Amino acid sequence: MLKALIRPLLAGAMLVSVAGAASAITYVRGNDGDPETLDQHKTSLVAEAHLMRDLYEGLVVYDAKAKIIPGVAESWTVSDDGTIYTFKLREDAKWSNGDPVVAEDFVFSLQRIMTPETGAKYANILYPIKNAEAINKGEMQPEELGVKAVDDKTLEITLAQATPYFLELLTHQTGLPVNPGAVKEHGTDFVKPENLVTNGAYKLVSFTPGDKIVMEKNENFHDAANVQIDRIEYIPFEDRATCVRRFEAGEVMSCSDLPTEQIKSMKERLGDQVRISPYLGTYYYALNTEKDDLKDPKVRTALSMVIDRQFLGDEIWAGAMLPAYSLVPPGIGNYEGGGAMYDWADTSLLDREDKAIELMKEAGYGPDKPLKLEISYNNSENHKNTATAIADMWKAIGVDVQFNVRDLSAHYANLRDTSDYEVARAGWIGDYSDPQNFLFLLESDNKGFNYAKYKNPEYDALMDKAAAENDLVKRAETLREAEAVFVRDTPYIPLLFYSSLSLVSPKLKGWEDNIQNVHGTRYMSISE
Amino acid sequence: MLGYAVRRLLGAIPTLFLIITFAFFLMRVAPGGPFDRERTLEAKVLENLNRVFHLDRPVWEQYLYYLGNLARGDLGPSFIYRDFSVQQLLGNGLPVSIQLGATALLLALVIGCLLGTIAALRQNSWIDYSVIATATFGITVPNFVVAPLLSLIFGVWFSLLPAGGWNSPQSMILPVITLALPQVAIIARLIRGSTIEALRSDHVRTARAYGLPTRMIVVVHALRAACLPVVSYLGPAAAALLTGSVVVETIFGLPGIGRYFVQGALNRDYTLVMGTVIIIAVFVVIFNLIVDLLYAALDPRVRYD
Repeated sequence: MLKALIRPLLAGAMLVSVAGAASAITYVRGNDGDPETLDQHKTSLVAEAHLMRDLYEGLVVYDAKAKIIPGVAESWTVSDDGTIYTFKLREDAKWSNGDPVVAEDFVFSLQRIMTPETGAKYANILYPIKNAEAINKGEMQPEELGVKAVDDKTLEITLAQATPYFLELLTHQTGLPVNPGAVKEHGTDFVKPENLVTNGAYKLVSFTPGDKIVMEKNENFHDAANVQIDRIEYIPFEDRATCVRRFEAGEVMSCSDLPTEQIKSMKERLGDQVRISPYLGTYYYALNTEKDDLKDPKVRTALSMVIDRQFLGDEIWAGAMLPAYSLVPPGIGNYEGGGAMYDWADTSLLDREDKAIELMKEAGYGPDKPLKLEISYNNSENHKNTATAIADMWKAIGVDVQFNVRDLSAHYANLRDTSDYEVARAGWIGDYSDPQNFLFLLESDNKGFNYAKYKNPEYDALMDKAAAENDLVKRAETLREAEAVFVRDTPYIPLLFYSSLSLVSPKLKGWEDNIQNVHGTRYMSISE
Repeated sequence: MLGYAVRRLLGAIPTLFLIITFAFFLMRVAPGGPFDRERTLEAKVLENLNRVFHLDRPVWEQYLYYLGNLARGDLGPSFIYRDFSVQQLLGNGLPVSIQLGATALLLALVIGCLLGTIAALRQNSWIDYSVIATATFGITVPNFVVAPLLSLIFGVWFSLLPAGGWNSPQSMILPVITLALPQVAIIARLIRGSTIEALRSDHVRTARAYGLPTRMIVVVHALRAACLPVVSYLGPAAAALLTGSVVVETIFGLPGIGRYFVQGALNRDYTLVMGTVIIIAVFVVIFNLIVDLLYAALDPRVRYD
């Protein structure tokens, strides 16, 4: 062991880090933290998604405004019943080693992510593909996946049933191809800089944990002529305030997240370099509907009603969050006409309080029988302040609150493994822009995420109906009905919608705020 | 002396073994595991992962498995950073932590000894008081205040030095100052106290009686005795400095190993925490031994055989 440790130690001592090549146009880009892995099939973090977007190109990709545009696939057709997608791959799509990208590469990749031994955390995103779920659960062979290479440049994907948001799913990093040659030759080491073969606008140069990830322009990329930034240095920031300081010192050109407590002063100092943009995420409290005290929808509604969301968003989160009166964030795709929300959203807080006290009385709670609740949350300054404020608001309707604080891992292990909580903080960031990705949280068979243990056949039936509907307008209507049931029953208390918080230097052109918070470097340029 | 050192090192093996055992089971007692995050995993996916990392076996079996690998010099794969083994992570980070820690230690020793000696020689003068005041300040102001402040002043306001990162030799300056500051303070106070004491001791009085020049008395006779408490303080302090500081590394964004200890524990990255614990334990053992050997060199009354 010691020898293994001493060798790099000596090498490191001699090699006092050398600054990067100066002449190339370099974008020093702040990221949320280190990736857990550069193997796209094992990734799950936002920080990893940013890296993957620059290294790889999927069948379809997001443009600078998060609209879906052709990627490796130059065109595609969908069968009338919506279950067969046929992609025509572009002739000039190439890997960074010069090999052409062929349909078989996607077959290999999609089979690989579903193979249980891969240990892919997000394999379930692609479960709409025929047989995918069974393969991932070890019940079928990877070869039985509904993905076929018709010829080198034609890929056919068969779905279990029509999935109107399937193209959205393919923009996720789980849909990115791996280079079969590199994986076969190097095994899990295919992610090492010397082995990694990519098909995106950039290729990997080096990865030093805690320091930086360096990428260089991939000259074999089909759109390389339009890629203007030659080199990217991704810097991981565990501490948001560190990124802000380095931004102000001119050492990084963008930060991917900001310390909320500094937002007000940053806006004064940095003006519109501070970007706050709506994001596809909801911050909520799950109410454990199996607990006697929380069985009654009246109680749950009363609890939701008295929360001053404006105060939470403006004061506690310094404007970094917006009030939420429903589960699905506004601006989401495939939700023609928008979602359902609380009809009391615009009522004054005093009137809501009166109404809530009434509801509590109807449910049998009052001054002589106060409701006692425990709020569980994972340790963080903002979560603590939010919980404290809510406890104070609940006091107005006679609810007595205690807190149970754990670290992140212990908190979520408790939600997953026990029923031993009453009110629990959680949040959900959408993986794709579709209301189903939020509403499915409360389906009764969703064991992983239905922290409310909510079981409502009416809700489930609406979700099933929506899943079988191909017409997007009709489907949106059904999903809206489901959301109305959610609002009526309030198994979760929606509190706030997330925003993405960034710092962007005026020198950096082409950074477009968008609800997915995706910012491919290939669309950006740097002006002096 | 050599025999003594060898005996001490052999004696450290059971100590390390106990530390490893205690740390291993303590980690497993903490609720939650490496794969419990905001996003709950599909049952089957979690099962796949647990199998890959042997978490599906009973804890004692995992313990034996870990010890077996350790005996072969393998610290295992990281549970969180899946592209790296624990060896690779620590091997990348340790040189950085050692560079920073050793520089800070050296700086603290030189400045601390100098200030302490001057204060002792001018006891109860304004020089003495200002050294003591500075030292108290250095000890009481925590590094999570000093680090961002230095970064703000020298990095952002005056643009004299990098605000963070690990790119050039200049990147070391602010972190080293942050690390050295409390050490300077502690060393100065220790040296001051022991020098005052040494100056009053019999052998120094004898030296004075012989008419030796003051400079000679201070440097040769008083300082040698005055160094003893500093040496015994430096053992554990050096071990702590060289194995990195989570605060300094996080605030300046440096790729050392200090952060792994805390992050690893929060992420339930079992093997990474174990690796860090072992490194720290080995450093403590080695530095305590060095301290004891130095004692023998400095104090003629101490003999090992």
